[in-house]
Amino acid sequence: MTKSIIVVALLSLSLRATVAAPPKDTCITCHAALGGDLAKPASQFEVDVHHQAGLRCADCHGGDPSDDSMNAMSHAKGFRGAPKKNQIPEFCARCHSDVTYMHRFNPQMRVDQLSEYLTSVHGKRLKQGDTKVAACVDCHGVHNILAVSDTRAPVYSTNVASTCARCHADAAYMKGFDIPTNQFALYEKSVHAQTLAGGDTSAPTCSTCHGNHGATPPGVSSVANVCGTCHVMNEQLFDKSPHQAAFAKMGLPGCVQCHSNHEIVRPTDAWVGTGPQSVCTTCHTPGDKGYGAAQATLADLTHLDSSLTRAAEVLNVAERAGMEVSGPKVELAGAHEDLVKARVDVHTFDAAAVGKLTDSGVEIAAKSYQAGVAALRERDYRRKGLGLALIAIVLAIGGLYLKIRQMESGHSIGHRGDVERKAREV
Amino acid sequence: METPGPTSRDSVQSRRRWINLLLGSGVAASIISFIYPALRYIIPPPVAESASNFVVAAKVGELKNNSGKIFRFGSRPALLVHLADGSYRAFSAVCTHLSCTVQYRSDLREIWCACHNGLYNLEGRNVSGPPPRPLATYEVHIQGDDVVVTRAA
Amino acid sequence: MATLYRKTLNWLDERFGAGSVEEFLRHKTVPVTRHILWYYLGGMTLFLFIIQILTGILLLLYYRPTPNDAFESVQFIMTQVRFGWLIRSVHSWSANLMIFTAFLHMFSVYFLKAYRKPRELTWISGMLLFFIVLGFGFSGYLLPWNTLAFFATKVGTEMAGSVPGIGKWLLVFLRGGQEVTGATLTRFFGFHIAVLPGLATLLLAIHLFLVQKLGMSVPPSVERAVAEGRTSLRNMPFFPNFLLRDMIGWYAALGVLGGLAAIFPWELGTKADAFAAAPAGIRPEWYFLFMFQTLKYLPARILFLEGELAGILGFSVAAVVWIMVPFLDRRIGFGRLTRVFTGLGVFVIGYIIVLSALALR
Repeated sequence: MTKSIIVVALLSLSLRATVAAPPKDTCITCHAALGGDLAKPASQFEVDVHHQAGLRCADCHGGDPSDDSMNAMSHAKGFRGAPKKNQIPEFCARCHSDVTYMHRFNPQMRVDQLSEYLTSVHGKRLKQGDTKVAACVDCHGVHNILAVSDTRAPVYSTNVASTCARCHADAAYMKGFDIPTNQFALYEKSVHAQTLAGGDTSAPTCSTCHGNHGATPPGVSSVANVCGTCHVMNEQLFDKSPHQAAFAKMGLPGCVQCHSNHEIVRPTDAWVGTGPQSVCTTCHTPGDKGYGAAQATLADLTHLDSSLTRAAEVLNVAERAGMEVSGPKVELAGAHEDLVKARVDVHTFDAAAVGKLTDSGVEIAAKSYQAGVAALRERDYRRKGLGLALIAIVLAIGGLYLKIRQMESGHSIGHRGDVERKAREV
Repeated sequence: METPGPTSRDSVQSRRRWINLLLGSGVAASIISFIYPALRYIIPPPVAESASNFVVAAKVGELKNNSGKIFRFGSRPALLVHLADGSYRAFSAVCTHLSCTVQYRSDLREIWCACHNGLYNLEGRNVSGPPPRPLATYEVHIQGDDVVVTRAA
Repeated sequence: MATLYRKTLNWLDERFGAGSVEEFLRHKTVPVTRHILWYYLGGMTLFLFIIQILTGILLLLYYRPTPNDAFESVQFIMTQVRFGWLIRSVHSWSANLMIFTAFLHMFSVYFLKAYRKPRELTWISGMLLFFIVLGFGFSGYLLPWNTLAFFATKVGTEMAGSVPGIGKWLLVFLRGGQEVTGATLTRFFGFHIAVLPGLATLLLAIHLFLVQKLGMSVPPSVERAVAEGRTSLRNMPFFPNFLLRDMIGWYAALGVLGGLAAIFPWELGTKADAFAAAPAGIRPEWYFLFMFQTLKYLPARILFLEGELAGILGFSVAAVVWIMVPFLDRRIGFGRLTRVFTGLGVFVIGYIIVLSALALR
């Protein structure tokens, strides 16, 4: 009885094993056995997102994966082979531009990558026969393609810049093209790169401004739109300012003119005004309206900044001395907010508008400063009061001490004998 | 120290008086330095109560429909919104992103933060832009002529 | 002055027999030995307790015991009420000073073996008072409703939950619910201003009556010396000699409190937010640190008991032994059993100091 049970169990196990085994894939088995470069696709394909979705070599390359012989790769079996460089976009687009097919796997997937690519500089040059430009596999990988949301993918947000830099930062490779190769180095210095590296994946990288499939550098007129997708206030103010029309007339690239395109660093107040770090003096000269406005704006910003610092300092001293100044500190935060807003309002290039904000902030800072000074005065009052109370206490203690000595005098310092009699003499 | 002689009794007495005087005045002075603060303490200060939980934010009719008003609640700014349908909502006006003061946008019918374009809906929920958390909500009641805002229980 | 006193006493005596009370009190003496400094500690603790009552009543005029208002009302006292900063800081500092002198008083009584017959009940009432004082400290700490207090209370009541058997009930009883909320604040406020003061008054009355009735204990070494004729016992009358000396100490304490309040005011902190994460480094007040640190060092399991439970049981057993010391230390003044208890006392002090220092690192 037990023996038959064991036999049946073993049989059913082996049956299950047979049913669960994957269908024969000679592509993988043959290529893996070949070793070297020909084996790479087979080993890489393990992690590929297409493999995870259930696709096999033949689904892209055609051919017959059940055929053990070289016939598996014959035209008769539909084999397409490895595409040439200028055929790659259409090769991938066979599926990736097919809405019905793609939405079987991911209903939200975009299917316009090919049409976007064809508008890009890469796409246009590829069509003209330039094989040095990037096509799908140059950025996404070939047989080990990972999803965009996978942090290991070359197209994951923190990896995009180095992927583009593979070509665009290689001066030797880029020889012959008429564009600079320092963008990556400049970008790395930028506040965007640092924010992205710090973990904020909403910070922009190359593809955020340039597009990923339709990669075209923003034209002069569209740069401000790109920056303005995140820096809304600054763009709106700039558009209403006199600089918008003036820059357009001169063919100057909006935001980039002062902030640069790749090396976008944190601006300081010194960028405004007429000092050595000023961006205004690039165009404005002493005597013209802009020069005066720049001076006035810097003066206002600096005035508010120093008022804030002064008030914060005195409040900190008061707080360290133990005074309760949380109220004035909260009010001072309002003045700080005015400074933040004033710095944004610099983009109106209207000194009066900035001045209004800084005036309000200076007023608040002055009140907070007064509160801090009052707190320090109160601290001094408390210490004087303490001093007086201590004098009174010392007097009292002195009096007590003398009283005790007087009561117990006539005896040695101990309290021998009939102290009671002496006590009653008090 | 006791000295012998006819005046010793007197000097002892006068010393005793001085010591009593010193003791008395010391104790009296110290008592005054304790009682004085205590007496001033029990007299209520000009602002009679601690920062409330309960503020009259506006009068009925002061705010048009579909408009907002910033008022002080405790030591922080707060926002009272009079909706288009006539009801009132009140929120903390401190943006949860970087603490700028938010405002009601009657064109967007949402609460907006000017600093970085953050948006909150009329439930106070952060719906767009950088703010990571909703705005704290307060309760609003109409008491006679007053629109009263209190902290949620 | 003296005649006024006499006249008042006579007036009261004619109506209430106050004269016999005065007689009862007048005969109190204090033995004068080289240990006399320790005898001031009981009075000092009582004095600081009275300061707590007075400043506490004043604070009660402005404090509001609800989570919405508590922090703001303390802030109000510190910033708007005239001399509010003084009253509040004195109250907080004096609380800590009082617990410190209570510790000193307890240990000095222990080492001078004043708990021996006939003063066993004085010791027991004193130990109960000591626990009440710790309860005052724990309940009062929550009342400003700031972040430190909130989380310290959370941790402290959590430990109460580990007591075997009654733990769950005890935790809910203390917190007024499952979590630390406004209900906890209300409850702690009730403990702090009504329940504990009531119990303390009762026990204090017993404690002081016993002290008065049984007189001051003489240190065992002096007692032995007197018995062997090597020295004679000197006594100082309590009224007025010892009392005047007491008053010097009390005035000095007032000076210290005033200085602390003016130069190191007690901080306000930030308002408690139940949904915020606990800040790093939460720990209870210094007088609970040694227990807190011990529990941190205990392994997760000791034999068959959960580590924390073993720790709490350990402390409970230690407390019971400590309270029962008058009945355990039988042959005081003679023989070696007594030195065991002296050694135990030294160990306890050393343990408390070392563990507290480790917790502060």
